[in-house]
Amino acid sequence: MPKLSREGRYAIGFRLNGQEVTAHAPGRMLLTDLLRHVLGETGTHVGCEHGVCGACTVQVDGEPVRACLMLAAQAEGADIRTVEGLEPAAGELSPLQAAFREHFALQCGFCTAGILMSLDALLARIPDASEDAIREHLSGHLCRCTGYAPIVKAALAAQAQLKEEEAANA
Amino acid sequence: MKPAPFDYVRADALGEALEALHEAGDEARVISGGQSLVPMLNMRLARPSVLVDITRVSELKRIEQRKGQVFVGAAVRQVELERWAPLAGLLPMIAAMMPWVGHAQTRSRGTVCGSLAHADPSAELPLALLALGGEMHLRNRRKKRVLPASAFFMGMMATAVEPGEMIEAVAFPTHPMGTGTAFREIARRHGDFAIVACAAIARPDGTNRLAVGGVADTPQAIDLPDPSDAGFEDALNEFAWSLGARDDLHASARYRRDLVRSLGRQTVKEAIACRS
Amino acid sequence: MTINPSADRWIGRSVPRVEDPALLTGRARFVDDIATSVGTLEAVIVRSPHGHATICSIDVSQALKSEGVAAVVTGEDVKRFTRSMTVGVKADVECWPIATDRVRYVGEPVAIVIAADRYLAEDAADKVAVDYEVLPAVVEPVAALQSDAPVLHPSLGSNLINERRFSYGDPDGAFASAAHRISIDVAYPRNSCTPIETYGVVASYEPGEDAYDILANFQGPFSIHAVVARALKVPGNRMRLRTPPSSGGSYGIKQGVFPYMILMSVAARIAGRPVKWIEDRLEHLAASVSATNRVTRLEAAVELDGRIRALDWDQIEDCGAHLRAPEPATLYRMHGNMTGAYAIDNLSIRNRVVLTNKTPTGLNRGFGGPQIYFPLERLMQRIARQLGLDPLEVIRRNLVPAASFPYRTASGALLDSGDYQSALDRAVLEGGLDELKRRRDEARAEGRLYGIGLAAVVEPSVSNMGYITTVLTPEQREKAGPKNGAQATATISIDPLGAVSVKVASVPQGQGHRTVLSQVVADTLGLDPTAITVVADVDTGRDAWSIASGNYSSRFAPAVAGAAKLAADRLRAKLGEVAAGQLNVQSDDVDFGQGRAFARSNPDNSVSFARVAAAAHWAPGTLPDSVDQTIRETVFWTPEQLQAPSAADEVNSSLCHGFIFDFCGVEIDRDTSEVRIDRYVTMHDCGTILHPAMVDGQVRGGFAQALGAALLEEFVYGADGSFLSGTLADYLIPTVMEVPDPIILHYESPSPFTPLGAKGVGEGNCMSTPACIANAVADAIGANDIVLPLSSSRIAGLLAGDEPQPKVKPKQVEDTAPGGQRKLTGGGSAEVAASRKEVWRMLLDPATLEAIIPGSHGVEKVSETHFTADVTLGVGPVKGRYKADIQLSDLDEPNAVTLSGKTVGALGSGEGSGRVTLEDLGGGRTRISYSYEAGIGGKVASVGGRLLDGAARVVIGQFFKALANHAGGGKVPGAGVFARLKALIGGGR
Repeated sequence: MPKLSREGRYAIGFRLNGQEVTAHAPGRMLLTDLLRHVLGETGTHVGCEHGVCGACTVQVDGEPVRACLMLAAQAEGADIRTVEGLEPAAGELSPLQAAFREHFALQCGFCTAGILMSLDALLARIPDASEDAIREHLSGHLCRCTGYAPIVKAALAAQAQLKEEEAANA
Repeated sequence: MKPAPFDYVRADALGEALEALHEAGDEARVISGGQSLVPMLNMRLARPSVLVDITRVSELKRIEQRKGQVFVGAAVRQVELERWAPLAGLLPMIAAMMPWVGHAQTRSRGTVCGSLAHADPSAELPLALLALGGEMHLRNRRKKRVLPASAFFMGMMATAVEPGEMIEAVAFPTHPMGTGTAFREIARRHGDFAIVACAAIARPDGTNRLAVGGVADTPQAIDLPDPSDAGFEDALNEFAWSLGARDDLHASARYRRDLVRSLGRQTVKEAIACRS
Repeated sequence: MTINPSADRWIGRSVPRVEDPALLTGRARFVDDIATSVGTLEAVIVRSPHGHATICSIDVSQALKSEGVAAVVTGEDVKRFTRSMTVGVKADVECWPIATDRVRYVGEPVAIVIAADRYLAEDAADKVAVDYEVLPAVVEPVAALQSDAPVLHPSLGSNLINERRFSYGDPDGAFASAAHRISIDVAYPRNSCTPIETYGVVASYEPGEDAYDILANFQGPFSIHAVVARALKVPGNRMRLRTPPSSGGSYGIKQGVFPYMILMSVAARIAGRPVKWIEDRLEHLAASVSATNRVTRLEAAVELDGRIRALDWDQIEDCGAHLRAPEPATLYRMHGNMTGAYAIDNLSIRNRVVLTNKTPTGLNRGFGGPQIYFPLERLMQRIARQLGLDPLEVIRRNLVPAASFPYRTASGALLDSGDYQSALDRAVLEGGLDELKRRRDEARAEGRLYGIGLAAVVEPSVSNMGYITTVLTPEQREKAGPKNGAQATATISIDPLGAVSVKVASVPQGQGHRTVLSQVVADTLGLDPTAITVVADVDTGRDAWSIASGNYSSRFAPAVAGAAKLAADRLRAKLGEVAAGQLNVQSDDVDFGQGRAFARSNPDNSVSFARVAAAAHWAPGTLPDSVDQTIRETVFWTPEQLQAPSAADEVNSSLCHGFIFDFCGVEIDRDTSEVRIDRYVTMHDCGTILHPAMVDGQVRGGFAQALGAALLEEFVYGADGSFLSGTLADYLIPTVMEVPDPIILHYESPSPFTPLGAKGVGEGNCMSTPACIANAVADAIGANDIVLPLSSSRIAGLLAGDEPQPKVKPKQVEDTAPGGQRKLTGGGSAEVAASRKEVWRMLLDPATLEAIIPGSHGVEKVSETHFTADVTLGVGPVKGRYKADIQLSDLDEPNAVTLSGKTVGALGSGEGSGRVTLEDLGGGRTRISYSYEAGIGGKVASVGGRLLDGAARVVIGQFFKALANHAGGGKVPGAGVFARLKALIGGGR
């Protein structure tokens, strides 16, 4: 039973975007701060630190999770994916990312990483998710720029593209 | 918005968690999903000196059906219950509620028992506990006890859990054949805490139970006759007034009473309609 | 998406954004992503928990001892190194970025803790002990004008900081002769467009040069640079201000970061290290900046046919606790177009600016628009209703006639272009207004509540930097010297390989400026947009900029893109001459296209663009005499139409004026009073459209924010100045579930005053949509007075008839104080096995109090009737340690006593009093009854609102339960109302 006392810094090991990483942090550090300021993965953004805005959403073991509501210490042994892990290759966008660009589903881009991680998790788990399910999933995110409609369009377009690719590979 | 310092204990077994809680007493809080606790830590509204993480305690991660009850362990995430295949058949009310519990991104980590422990009177799962007549299974390192909802919820965000004690599981009773249930909620936005939430059970014997969240300090319930019965409206109205609704930022007391009457009536009717 | 390189123009096409790849992959650099110097410290701000209080003392000694702390800065320190910020009106008042003698709003900075990291800085901030003497607060602007109102700034003598009256045409004559006078009273609420990224500042100070270097996600206007440099007591060239490449939304709000630039500069100077501060969401909601709330009475002189002859405005503008630059600009931005989209010749305006105990106001999308269009467009509906006319006809009849552009309004604006009637007609047709009317008829026939709302507005863009001086009298302006214009700048440079870079000072926060500029310059130079690099963030130490630089007043498309176009034109002319020499043709025969320069008369005679462009680097001797260089071209452009206000107070407050006509159909659920928007149609004339998808993106985004303002969002304050909307669970931003997709229509009337014919478009729906939705709701439920935001509860209040009363009236049903004040009332009773005399003695005995006060760590007796206690109070996980001060008064031994208490602690403060009465029940038993009234402020009031009522009841209940137990047991019947009721109606199984 590990005990992390308030004074110390502790090694936390987990998988980040497919790579095993170890980072050192005090027991009270939030996962957002560990990702951004210890590991330098600044694509995950911080908007409210009380779990409402969704900007910091990452995938933990395949599920979308608010990184601001998770202690870094709780990431021990987890498989975490952030927006930095979405690109298939440098300079190449995933179908979801490409759909966001094509449908102007982002403006300032600050909330976008969290939204991408949520939608990516949903489409991976439920490839046939209905538009209602997509909306219900998106309702956990606040976007102040787009008015949301282009995001829904992009999600549906990405879904169609992914299904097409799936069919082609089958 | 960063938590004040605390010691963090990651329990691997139930005994370890109970021992750690015993040692720290009143200064300890249990954490698993953290979806209610971490915002309070970040705002420094809560400053426990010890956090006991029960996420890895395998005994607490089970959903089991036995003796007419569904037991949900303290470390079971909301999403696990939501996706538990027998849920819709055994606990249709909870199945209807789950999409209203926060958002997908908080259900993925938040636990069922964590929401109950938080005891927010507007939250859906405490309402379900009261409506269904479920029980909370508590234990400390020496003894276990079982409390009904009415004894568990002491007030707004206050429960009967004592220092050194933790929730082990919640038990929701399944219904006999011929029971109907329904759930309705009004919130300002999708996923917000309810202004008024209603959960109704239509029993095979023709009686009904209506539970209401979001109005009083804890969810409250009442038995009601059939809506066609002469006494129904009066009883519902007395109930609406008895909840002591107050004005706040989001809704007036009058609006809350109006919703208890209108949603309450609809929810009972829906429960009766699905009592097959 | 179509990208067709052979098309003759890039402008007007929805090309993919160059900004997106970095944003979509997490590589974009926002302020908190940028590497800082080694040794940079982090700041946390200690803020006022009170709306109004004197600071008696600040004890930083414990904080200084806290781990990792480098320094703690207070108002005294800030005063030592800075001077008061410039105030935009002539008034005897100071304006500091931190409290110096008293606090005037919840969240006002009181001290800055600088430590190794944010966690340690927050630990130390908890240890800064501030002793306040709470003062009465005033939060309503009308109340602030009362002679007995608490005065925020004693040097002003009152809370009225500026008043001006204006008269244009002959309003008195028009009112005297018109058939009707129709008026409306409106209180427009406070809200903010709340970007998802909060403020961030990194500052450093070099004492050897007395120079500050500041990185901030500031959005402009850069007139604020002068305000900050003056405050820091350095010349402008010793205050280098940089902005990060990406900014997470602003919508005006990030103008308000500037006081923190001053604070962090001082913090860095005192700490001797660079200091970084990233605002958190609670700080942002409570204390960043807000739009103004405004109380307006608007009256119209109306003819029988609905023609408006005159408008009379009486506006009371609430700018919060300090008049921060550029306020009172919200009140004056619309000064030229106070007659909206209508031809109204006679106008009178009375403008008063008041200060209240709320967050200082600043820029917010729509800036000043919602506050005037809500009353104006609500009044249009009222006029139609009162005269029995079709609201559409009343609007149409009053619109500025199409033939009269450019049209000079009564108060001096020059409406540049448009055909409002045609745009309106097209919207009615293409948007399907008739169909909505049919739906309304059908719904009403079925007894459903359905309404239609309309709104027509003029959307100003490209602010005249002189409009704010309309707040000064002509004599004051004369003395101060004229201010006018709107300098825009663009630089285009060519590197030695012939690649083109564009540099502007527009500081985008998501609007895609870089993409649009690449289109504009590509068209002129015959290049592919992807070949052009654009930089739009600012470094005042290196870049061309002026006071009008920045991202506000929708100035990008009309002004900045226009300036880039002019710079490209200039460069093209020179390059044409260079190419003429290389191609051996006349320069007027040279054209550019597909990356080449060629002879129009013989396209085969061509040379690559790079070869022409690079000549100035490699072979300047080959340039024709008429060409100096082609390496860098900087254009400054300011429109001549933007003149200083005239002696008669006429002002062309903005260069461009777009037109918007909106209509919508809404349905209200009879059971729940929820609003469903059936259809929303918005017609925009923003002149020439440069990038259609981005224009629609601006419209949708503005619409969503306006929908929030109409239905959900409000900064709510208690009467004591407590701030009640402190989290995103209280300040409700619409999600995808609440925002319908509007039908967007366009009508293009190019502006004759801008280089590209473009006008601004980003703010219009913030002006039109709240009024349009309110009109629809008013139509649906037949209501006359509509207050925003239109929560279901508020609509239910408008619809409510008599309520069925209970047979058993519960005791604890209480009225809440006005304005949602965080006021707690309650009561209860307990029976104890002790006589009244014994109970009385216990209440006055510190030992008993110690035993029965929940969480007590010690009670001290100051006098017979005065005690102090150190207590831990809390519910569930929410615990805080408080110092309590308890006084007994109105002693009526042994019948009754009043207990008054104050508590102060980390989570906030409380104040309350309760009357305790003792009733002899005989047999040595006493019933103790109590009722209390308490107010709670500070952090708990702001963020834990939902918790409070319950917490107070639990704690006070515990006190009396403990008293009962202490006195020898007993039961607490107070909680049994519900149990009794259940028994009464036969339930409880």
